[in-house]
Amino acid sequence: MSSNKIRWSSWLPLVPALALLAGILLVPLGKTFVRSVSNPDLTLANYEHLFTDGVTMTVLGRTALTAATVTIAALLLGYPYAYLMTRVSARTRGILLVVVLIPFWTSVMARNFAWIIILQDGGPVQSAFEAVGIDDVVLYGTTAGVTIAMTQVMLPFMVLPLFSTLGAIDRKLLLAARGLGSSPTAAFWKVFWPLSRGGVMAGVMLVFTLSLGFYVTPALLGSPQQSLVAQLLAQRTTLLLDFAAAGALGMVVLVITLVLVVWANRVGGTVSAIGVVATSQPKDR
Amino acid sequence: MSSPARTRRRPDTVDPIPWWLKVVGGLVIAFFILPTLFVIPMSFSSATTFQFPPPGFSWRLYENFFTNPVWLDSLGNSFLVASLTAVLATTVGTAAAVALSRLDGRAARFVRTLLMVPIVSPAIVVAVAVYISFLGWRLTGTVTGYVLAHTAIAVPYVLVSVTGALGGFDQRLLKASASLGASPLTSFVRVTLPLISRGVLTGGIFAFIVSFDEVVIALFLRSPLFQTMPVQMYNSVTVEIDPTISAASSLMVVAVTIIFILPLLLRGRAGSRQEPRP
Amino acid sequence: MTRQTTVEVTGSPRETKRGTEIRLEGVTKDYGLAAPAVDDISLTIEPGEFMTLLGPSGSGKTTTLNLIAGFETLTAGTISLDGADVSDVPPHRRNLGMLFQNYALFPHMTIAQNVAYPLRQRKVGKQEIARKVAEVLELVQLTGRDDTHPSKLSGGQQQRVALARAIVFEPKALLLDEPLGALDRNLRSALQTEIRRIHREVGSTFVFVTHDQEEAMNLADRIALFNNGRIEQVGTPQQLYAEPETLFTARFLGDSNVFELGQADLGGAVAWEGESWGVDPATVAAHPGVGKGSAIVVRPEDVEVAAGRDAVPVGANAVRAAVRDVEYMGSYRTLLLTIGDRGLFGRARVSALRGDYAIGDDVVVWWRPRAQRIVAA
Repeated sequence: MSSNKIRWSSWLPLVPALALLAGILLVPLGKTFVRSVSNPDLTLANYEHLFTDGVTMTVLGRTALTAATVTIAALLLGYPYAYLMTRVSARTRGILLVVVLIPFWTSVMARNFAWIIILQDGGPVQSAFEAVGIDDVVLYGTTAGVTIAMTQVMLPFMVLPLFSTLGAIDRKLLLAARGLGSSPTAAFWKVFWPLSRGGVMAGVMLVFTLSLGFYVTPALLGSPQQSLVAQLLAQRTTLLLDFAAAGALGMVVLVITLVLVVWANRVGGTVSAIGVVATSQPKDR
Repeated sequence: MSSPARTRRRPDTVDPIPWWLKVVGGLVIAFFILPTLFVIPMSFSSATTFQFPPPGFSWRLYENFFTNPVWLDSLGNSFLVASLTAVLATTVGTAAAVALSRLDGRAARFVRTLLMVPIVSPAIVVAVAVYISFLGWRLTGTVTGYVLAHTAIAVPYVLVSVTGALGGFDQRLLKASASLGASPLTSFVRVTLPLISRGVLTGGIFAFIVSFDEVVIALFLRSPLFQTMPVQMYNSVTVEIDPTISAASSLMVVAVTIIFILPLLLRGRAGSRQEPRP
Repeated sequence: MTRQTTVEVTGSPRETKRGTEIRLEGVTKDYGLAAPAVDDISLTIEPGEFMTLLGPSGSGKTTTLNLIAGFETLTAGTISLDGADVSDVPPHRRNLGMLFQNYALFPHMTIAQNVAYPLRQRKVGKQEIARKVAEVLELVQLTGRDDTHPSKLSGGQQQRVALARAIVFEPKALLLDEPLGALDRNLRSALQTEIRRIHREVGSTFVFVTHDQEEAMNLADRIALFNNGRIEQVGTPQQLYAEPETLFTARFLGDSNVFELGQADLGGAVAWEGESWGVDPATVAAHPGVGKGSAIVVRPEDVEVAAGRDAVPVGANAVRAAVRDVEYMGSYRTLLLTIGDRGLFGRARVSALRGDYAIGDDVVVWWRPRAQRIVAA
């Protein structure tokens, strides 16, 4: 048996995929990294600048804050929704699941354009607020507007891992708790909520991580004065053509993201964060 | 049913779904669906701005979309890039998935994770890295550049989809095929491929949509001579204030919905086959 | 009838009457399907009684238990505990202990936390909780495992913890929903003994649901046999076995030879395939009497086997049969028989020492009229 030969030939079909990945992603990322640490000598100046230029840290902070707001909003909306999904009939559950996937189905540009129409000055949201006597609600061109639009597209990433965790919780445990003297509310907080924490963690990590990289939504719905890190990165690349500085910032964003993804994958337990992302279709990251 | 005299009004279950939960559910459903629905009335607007509600009914935006060469070219470009991407990504991704299904151990797991990296990396970082490299390689603004970049981010979708289909594939069938005299390649074509065809098809559709709808990398690779439809849509809201985008958006929403429903229908029709859902 | 006054008047310690009376009147649960899951059931479970709800799956026994627990709402009827109507009381205020088939232990809590749970819900003091938890864990023989998580325990141990959790708060009654269904045979019988012991020590009312007739006979003071959402018969295990009212009861508990009757009462005798058999009036079930629509049931251990008619004693009921197969069961042998002209399937139990029957032998089987039972078919 020429087992060695068999082993090598069985790796062969992977070559095109790996070559593509290397050529399109790994090599460019590597070159970007090299450029960011050479000037042309080895230097960390580009990374130091990120901390001292007075802009990057502010933008990173704003990005983290926006991502956190999106995460909390998605959890507050997504948890009840996922819970509802575990309670309804199989048929209704199917409908609710299809609805969750709608933001994935909707083209990125169509969705963001829709939000422009809805949030614009004189648009339906503003009119609705004026109708109830609240004037001057400005959402278009603000971080609040960006947050609303991002929450919509991030909700599925909260709902799907939560649904898989909540659906796996044995409802007999809730009956047991009721039988042992707990009111429905107490049974929820003492039994259901602790058992759902894995899914909550997975959803929170996933939404927060993916929210960090949004570009199109803040670029279209936000304002340049309130830019998020992706806009800053784009600006330094295409407008300032400062590839070294952009590379350093890109590396920071990438490393933060990958670390969070690995962590999310770990805390998610049975819920594979990557799997959830991959089986659904992420947009505008 | 029992007589009213014997029946007392009681809830059907001890633990009914609270009303407020249904309200929250309804709100979330509205949040999911409504924004998209705004696009469709807008596409029949007679206004030359993004004014909502539309002042009047008109086919003008659709007329403009289908007569204006800028829009038509971008649509054609998108179709070209997405089709080539779908073919390339499906081939490469299926080969990788089949190979990985027969390998295990640390190295195989590492490779699998590595191939998923494009999906979890922020699109903007990928776009910047690709842009900087492609500038040097003179690939920006070329079909090759678009297809290569889009294929790199589409392969993971094919990988996941085909791996799912392979989950229900009995590797013993290949041994049976070999014992009956088939070469590995024949076995793949005559046995493996037919059994995972739905996973491959789904992966291909995913790859097509990923490319067709991709905007961040496309924004960096665009040139005045070659740009895709999402980029043209981006321009129409940032530079031109061209309401034709509502017609384009409506068409995109309808097209993507149809493409997405297609695999569901295929799945339903061929439901008797023993394959797990991708 | 009320327990409270009885206790006060007699002034006796609580032990004399610790259980709770559970009374079901016209209890109905209708999910809107073809037939109600539970159809107009009335049953009184005495204080301190070990009542088993027995029946095939889908017969309504588990639904009835859930109705008592409050996990299902009544479509009609009332349920009262010691005379107090609890029909509309939510489960957490009924104060009933419940044991589930899959244990339903909280996986995120330790053994001690699980057992302490109902006490915490009742705002019992910390020291009292610690004392009671230790006490009840000793009762179920699980001392020293306090800080273990349920997943680290075997199935039998998990069920002991669930039992401890269900009785630690001194519930009015303990409801057990096929608690041993997931365990293997040996463990089952060990836990049956355990549950009987705990019932004796705690003295409260137990309502035990099972589909296993042996388990029911082994455990219960009384059995309520369920069939199609109704109670077929209530009685002690012995009553149900020896004096079944219906063919369903006779067939569900133990093996039977069943001779369906097609003719009316012939005045102290019945006819079956040309045989004329004597009837002992004491063996006729109250409903519907002898005749068309009734059947004669004879247990295999009451059937004797003879070589020919002349060996049958006078006054015995006899019929010819052929030996189809012989099963050696260790302490006895079972003859599988084809009886009469149409080859009715039957069984007879003979001594293990009788190894002289061969397949194909023609025999005559007989029994005394008082050993048979005439039931509704």
